[in-house]
Amino acid sequence: MSVHLEVIKQHLIDPEICIRCNTCEETCPIGAISHDGNNYVVDASICNLCMACVSPCPTGAIDNWRNVAKTEAYSVEEQFTWDELPKQTTLAVSAESAEAAANVEEGEGEAEGIEVDTVLGSTLPPWSAARPYVNLYTHKAPISATVVGNYRLTAETSESDVHHIVLDFGQMPFPVLEGQSIAILPPGSTPDGRVHHARQYSIASARDGERRGYNNLSLTVKRVTTDAKGEARSGVCSNYLCDLKKGDSVQVIGPFGSSFLMPNHPNSHLLMICTGTGSAPMRAMTEYRRRRRLKGATGKLMLFFGARTREELPYFGPLMNLPKDFIDVNLAYSRTPGQPKRYVQDLMRERAEDVAAMLRDDSTYIYVCGLKGMEEGVLQALADIANQSGQPWEPLWKKLKQFGRLHLETY
Amino acid sequence: MTSIDYSEKIPNNVNLAGDRTLQRALEQWQPNFISWWKDMGPEGSQSFDVYLRTAVSVDPSGWAHFDYVKMPEYRWGIFLTPAQQDRTIQFGEHKGQPAWQEVPGEHRANLRRIIVTQGDTEPASVEQQRHLGLTAPSLYDLRNLFQVNVEEGRHLWAMVYLLQRYFGRDGREEAEALLERRSGDEDNPRILGAFNERTPDWLSFFMFTYFTDRDGKFQLSALTESGFDPLARTTKFMLTEEAHHMFVGESGVSRVIQRTCAVMNQLKTDDPKTLRAAGVIDLETIQRYLNFHYAVTLDLFGADQSSNAAMFYSAGLKGRFEEGKRSDDHQLNGQSYKILGIEGGKLIEREVPMLNALNEVLRDDYIKDSVGGVGRWNKVIEKAGLPFRLSVPHKAFHRQIGTFAGNRVSPDGRLVSEEEWQKNQSNWLPTAEDRAFVASLMGRVAESGKFANWIAPPPMGINKQPIDFEYVRFN
Ligand SMILES: Cc1cc2nc3c(=O)[nH]c(=O)nc-3n(C[C@H](O)[C@H](O)[C@H](O)COP(=O)(O)OP(=O)(O)OC[C@H]3O[C@@H](n4cnc5c(N)ncnc54)[C@H](O)[C@@H]3O)c2cc1C
Ligand code: SF4
Ligand code: SF4
Repeated sequence: MSVHLEVIKQHLIDPEICIRCNTCEETCPIGAISHDGNNYVVDASICNLCMACVSPCPTGAIDNWRNVAKTEAYSVEEQFTWDELPKQTTLAVSAESAEAAANVEEGEGEAEGIEVDTVLGSTLPPWSAARPYVNLYTHKAPISATVVGNYRLTAETSESDVHHIVLDFGQMPFPVLEGQSIAILPPGSTPDGRVHHARQYSIASARDGERRGYNNLSLTVKRVTTDAKGEARSGVCSNYLCDLKKGDSVQVIGPFGSSFLMPNHPNSHLLMICTGTGSAPMRAMTEYRRRRRLKGATGKLMLFFGARTREELPYFGPLMNLPKDFIDVNLAYSRTPGQPKRYVQDLMRERAEDVAAMLRDDSTYIYVCGLKGMEEGVLQALADIANQSGQPWEPLWKKLKQFGRLHLETY
Repeated sequence: MTSIDYSEKIPNNVNLAGDRTLQRALEQWQPNFISWWKDMGPEGSQSFDVYLRTAVSVDPSGWAHFDYVKMPEYRWGIFLTPAQQDRTIQFGEHKGQPAWQEVPGEHRANLRRIIVTQGDTEPASVEQQRHLGLTAPSLYDLRNLFQVNVEEGRHLWAMVYLLQRYFGRDGREEAEALLERRSGDEDNPRILGAFNERTPDWLSFFMFTYFTDRDGKFQLSALTESGFDPLARTTKFMLTEEAHHMFVGESGVSRVIQRTCAVMNQLKTDDPKTLRAAGVIDLETIQRYLNFHYAVTLDLFGADQSSNAAMFYSAGLKGRFEEGKRSDDHQLNGQSYKILGIEGGKLIEREVPMLNALNEVLRDDYIKDSVGGVGRWNKVIEKAGLPFRLSVPHKAFHRQIGTFAGNRVSPDGRLVSEEEWQKNQSNWLPTAEDRAFVASLMGRVAESGKFANWIAPPPMGINKQPIDFEYVRFN
């Protein structure tokens, strides 16, 4: 993926409208909101745009979003000093990200001013999705889970250390659906003495448990060892998780997510596109479909899965064991020595005919999960495939979003 | 035979469907509530379709459902925030022990009293506000009034649930009595003074929701710390709704100020007479209303020294505001607090045992919070380029309860003679003439997108709806 200036949607609170009632700080499941004597503010490095705080806010002050270059996000300290919100500035950005930002705007169908929608995909779940429970446990009242399994998924020789971690909730209720995520509260605090914020992880197992009938679930966690610039630095939560032993207990909050959910009607098709740990929700959905494989159901599964090498691809073995008539698996490696780089979008183009056929079918639901940078390339590939097969992308995209059929989750 | 479909009619997360005793108690109480609502709820508006927010569950996706509802059909629910596993008592003598899931025998009478006092304020404010619908300055404001009203009604349900579920026969009797007292009634008044005052006009209403509902926020916050877990969880959920009430007040006053400033700039005058003739409320009058509501509300916190407050705290019944965020020993024995007193004809500060000063501690927290919002009102005036500034009067001004009752203190905190008080009273508190003038502006504006001349439109609508949305449909 090319390096470019990343544009984010920053979540801000309007100090002129906010009445400092503390509702949002109480509500935010991951502690992204704080206040001083002057203002309530959202920490851009923590907020994941889950929208949980938006409807409880009595004033609407919380519903403000600005496109900013990630490196220039307004800091918490800066926000504390504001008397009013800054205007949306025109971003001096590379052509590539300007286009991305423009797409964001277009996707929302909002002229200008206060924008409310925050995603390129659907904000609604598929019509047949089961009703999820969300925010049952919060950072003020988390739930303890016990680690009942933790093993490395990727080859010992590979640089990428991805773990499969199984958490058990004992007798405590923790109902989840495929596509939802949970968050972990890592112990300890930052150098400046604040407790660590919660980190989110997608659930990798089906709703009836990693082991069917047990009150447990699994996560796919990649150990973070470098920062964005590639310099050595260990991530707080992923290292904590990857080093856990069987029997350890972990503080969990959630579940989260009420739109990235799978359709429940058996004749629906899933088009799944992921990289790395973005495979977690795809594994969950695939597993659910495998367990409920119904005679005569016409629902198809098609997976595009990218990793740097075969050794770094989580769940390679189990994936290969799935029956070919159950799931159409396409693997893309970007760093296989002696072979040209291939990304998921390249593979999608190679399979354009089959992808186009899926796009043509109203029963197809699309899921994209992985690193933030993949969104653009995947959407572009979908657009090209659609256009070339005589299905104009813009109206199709609109329809997919409107009907809860296009779901993006990148981080 | 059941008269209520429990999950549908009364959304709840207290397993109402599985609790026969509670069902029976509620079944007896509910028709009386409805008849109270018909008698004392918003006047002449029971059949309007109102764009209301209804809580149907406690998670963020479930607690703000917007739809048109006729007020008597509002789904008054019973909600407690989810239980925190292994919660312990955070303060007082029982600190560190598991929070009580049932009422401890020795604290029964006090807990009941706390709940009844809180519960009594909820229907009281509905009664105080029942005529306001007739003079709403816009559909948007009318809807906000009704939202406040139905939520006060739900808060009553929340308290009644606690009384019926945890206090047996006494609790059921207290629940009935909540529907029998009447705000301002000579024979059977509401328990607290401020809830027997009239709310005759919309400026009073906005001041009330800003100042007096903020008292609610602080009282509820102190109760969210309670060692009695069902009370803590109930009040916690109520706080999310209380926020809307304060919003109505803060933004309401702010819009009145904004409109006044606009006219001051248009006419290039700060003369109250000219402004009144132009149909807006002069800033001096707003200041007098502010003085009145602030002082009346300060009294709600009770006497500045109170052995009851000390006992409630030590027993773990009622904590301080943000108890969990304070870093002392949470027992407060041997600690002291500075409170105001009078000595030798002057206001002085003296140290008293912290435990006895807890009402004052809560009052001081409240004051800090109130002052913040007044600062934001001043920003509106500042933005209009005008030199006037609003301020809250001195804590001892116009108090009826505690040390200062019976003393005359000016808004700037001087002990003054009766003579000076009489001479200045009309500058400090709303006069009959002020009230008559404000009342003269009150007339119903019922066309979507239109606002009375004395108030500016809000910057945004409810639930992302446009400002000219039909927030109330008359049938
Ligand atoms: C909806 C969602 C789902 C997710 N699902 C998954 C999943 O299934 N699997 C998964 O592995 N991850 C997932 N994530 C990502 C995950 O939440 C964490 O972000 C990830 O594990 C890294 O967390 P960390 O605590 O290890 O790193 P952090 O400590 O948060 O560090 C993050 C980055 O910042 C760098 N950094 C840290 N401190 C500094 C500093 N002081 N100066 C400069 N750089 C610094 C780190 O090196 C690293 O590059 C998901 C995220 C979201 C939002
Ligand atoms: S959008 Fe979600 S993460 Fe962001 S501040 Fe709101 S509740 Fe917190
Ligand atoms: S919930 Fe809304 S009004 Fe309340 S503090 Fe948060 S942003 Fe401000």
